[in-house]
Amino acid sequence: MNWFTKFLTSSIGQKLVMSLTGLFLISFLVVHLAGNLQLMADDGGVAFNTYAKFMTGNPVIKTISYGLYAMILLHAFQGLALWFKNRKARGSEKYAVKVTRGADGVATSAAKQMAVLGTLILAFLLIHMGDFWWAMKTEAVPMADCGGEPCQDLYTKVYASFKQWWVVAAYIVGMIALAFHLRHGFWSAFQTLGWNHPKYTPAINGAAWVIALVLPVAYAAIPLYMYFALPEMTTVPEMGGIFGS
Amino acid sequence: MIVGSSKSLQTDNCQLTTDNYSKMKLTLKIWRQKNAKSAGKFESHQVVAEEHMSFLEMLDVLNEQLISERKEPVAFEHDCREGICGTCSMVINGHPHGLMQGTTTCQLHMRHFKDGETIAIEPFRAQSFPLIKDLVVDRSAFDRIIQAGGYISVNTGQAPDGNAIPIEKDQALDAFNAAACIGCGACVAACPNSSAMLFTSAKVSHLAQTPQGEIEAQRRVLGMVNQMDEEGFGRCSNVTACEAECPKEISVTNIARMNREYLSASLTSDVMK
Ligand code: SF4
Ligand code: FES
Repeated sequence: MNWFTKFLTSSIGQKLVMSLTGLFLISFLVVHLAGNLQLMADDGGVAFNTYAKFMTGNPVIKTISYGLYAMILLHAFQGLALWFKNRKARGSEKYAVKVTRGADGVATSAAKQMAVLGTLILAFLLIHMGDFWWAMKTEAVPMADCGGEPCQDLYTKVYASFKQWWVVAAYIVGMIALAFHLRHGFWSAFQTLGWNHPKYTPAINGAAWVIALVLPVAYAAIPLYMYFALPEMTTVPEMGGIFGS
Repeated sequence: MIVGSSKSLQTDNCQLTTDNYSKMKLTLKIWRQKNAKSAGKFESHQVVAEEHMSFLEMLDVLNEQLISERKEPVAFEHDCREGICGTCSMVINGHPHGLMQGTTTCQLHMRHFKDGETIAIEPFRAQSFPLIKDLVVDRSAFDRIIQAGGYISVNTGQAPDGNAIPIEKDQALDAFNAAACIGCGACVAACPNSSAMLFTSAKVSHLAQTPQGEIEAQRRVLGMVNQMDEEGFGRCSNVTACEAECPKEISVTNIARMNREYLSASLTSDVMK
């Protein structure tokens, strides 16, 4: 095995892959949220549709988005491989009584469940992509007017989805899983990079709390806002996606 | 307290030396397994212990009882019985070395248990620590990790030679704290992933922070991590259960240091394999 493959497949190398892809995905969450908060602009969707048009049309963003899909897959598959490896390392005979305590209650409980939380998030992602991204790629989305220019009316598509309670519920479950995953994941990513230091670790842990609370709450606010605060849709658009309308 | 008359001191002492210690009746649910191949099971035993006994002394009472009943005594490892050899490995009520923090099983006293309590006692369970008998497991994987780099290749002399080299105080303390690891394996037993990162990182940190050990630091970390992986230990996911259960309270900051050392050694050393 050459040194680089050996490095990447070693226990620390595999963790490095999780750490770097995880941090990249967190940065994506921030950008994605900033764009999507425009769904709450209350302007009939003009801001959001204009933004969506820019995001889907720009070649640089398109390239980055393929990188993003690769990162998600890498994070998921490496995570799965680690889960299998660790299960095997545990051995066949399990403890009859086992108490796991750790440095931080919440982070420790989340840490033990990272694979389960990750799977929930992946399931959520599949629903999310199926509903919007896949629908956008495969179906004719009605057009709207974006300040004089025609654009796909994705706003109405999202609106229609978020008027269904089970979609809103699925989003909330997904965001709760994300909150716990981020609380441990953010700290853990830095620890794996070797960044544990009396000057910075308290700040990293503080930031982990902020990220774990602010991002999921802000994401969950969008469907909640649309479900509770916006009027029922008068004309339901003819659109598919896995939840249809 | 102000020491009173010698009479009252005498009285205090007298109380201490009488055998008025509270006796405690305990039920032990203890793992019995003949060898690695046979199936194991829990066995229940009643034991009357005294609160000043150590956990191992309580097990001695059980074994004497078993021997007098012409039954096979429970196999468990022990040597120093003062918290330095790291052999007294067992999981007590779900905690390696028991509930108390910063102590080994031999330093755990029965006063921390309640009269009438049922105590579950199991061996350390991990794929890389195969069971030998009852509570005894084979921890030689740790020896092989040490053989893969946990040493200094030249003769570093005696203590006076070491003391002749000035080392910055904080660094010396850090190295010393890491050197406190007794290789007991509680970190592996506690870890939901059976990872040996805390042990390996303690050894890496200890040697990398001393001038004699620093020279071989890169080769050492590459060799030890490689051996740790080959032994089949799990991958650390930063649960920190190891630190919470370690009888020597080795910190996970050592794991971060090992990660740094490993990353830089992999990327910058001239070791090509
Ligand atoms: S790090 Fe702690 S728990 Fe692990 S082997 Fe060393 S002393 Fe035991
Ligand atoms: S018997 Fe030596 S540490 Fe417990």
